[in-house]
Amino acid sequence: MTLWWIGNAVLIAVVLPVVVYLLNGVLQAAKSIVPSVRRIADVTAAGSKDLDHAALLVTTDDQVARTIAGVAEYGGSLDVIIDDA
Amino acid sequence: MSAAGVVTIVGGLLIVLALVYYLVSTILELRKITAGLDEVIGSVTDILQKTEPVNGIVDSINANLDAGVSALEGLLVKKAGMDDAVGLIDGLYPGAAAAGLRDFPESATVTPPRIAEVYTKGTLTLARLGREAPIAMANPAGPVLRNVEGGSLAARALYPEVRQTRPEALPRSPVIGTDAPVQYEQREDIGAPRKRRPSSGSAVE
Repeated sequence: MTLWWIGNAVLIAVVLPVVVYLLNGVLQAAKSIVPSVRRIADVTAAGSKDLDHAALLVTTDDQVARTIAGVAEYGGSLDVIIDDA
Repeated sequence: MSAAGVVTIVGGLLIVLALVYYLVSTILELRKITAGLDEVIGSVTDILQKTEPVNGIVDSINANLDAGVSALEGLLVKKAGMDDAVGLIDGLYPGAAAAGLRDFPESATVTPPRIAEVYTKGTLTLARLGREAPIAMANPAGPVLRNVEGGSLAARALYPEVRQTRPEALPRSPVIGTDAPVQYEQREDIGAPRKRRPSSGSAVE
């Protein structure tokens, strides 16, 4: 009977606090992750939105090609008009 | 049931309740994390899809720009010559001559002539008319007609020699008039009654 009471004392005074302490630590760690994940989700959503105009690079590429073609034609004319050094 | 048994059951029950509470709370938080990560994965997938064609497009743009740069550099060197081309580039972008032209590696060794400064229209007019402006220092027709650094002192040569020695004080201008302290025509007849000229009749006499 005495050992039983000692076991009860250990159960309530040691085991229960240790279990509560460890589980509380796991819960706090899980809670701390949630804001970080929320911020990451916001950042990636903003980054994805910023890239909405990436499709315009196709237009930029086309404009650059046209500009270079114009420069080439203009340079050809200058080559004819201006004397060489 | 003995009192010890009741205490054991109560202790075990408390441990189970603690386990249930904390584990359920942890599960709920982990579900929030899972939902957040699902959003992240969706956004990252969008980013990957949107950036997929960027590499090819940027390579195409760079290829076109490379062709343009090569054509313009070649035209500039052909028309202006290597020295003047480097000077022009260095004038527009100071220090750029050190890097040289991309298609002309030997241009990095060229000392850029000082011909590419941007001048106002008035300065260019002066350079064209009188070659008096600093821009004319590099004129292939020859040196400038006068020293441009001391050009403002050229007018001093128009004055007598004493002024060219830069004296601290020149002699003051003389005070003139009858009340002047110095009479420059010191004659006794000044201020005296005018002598009468002999009449023409007495001369005849």
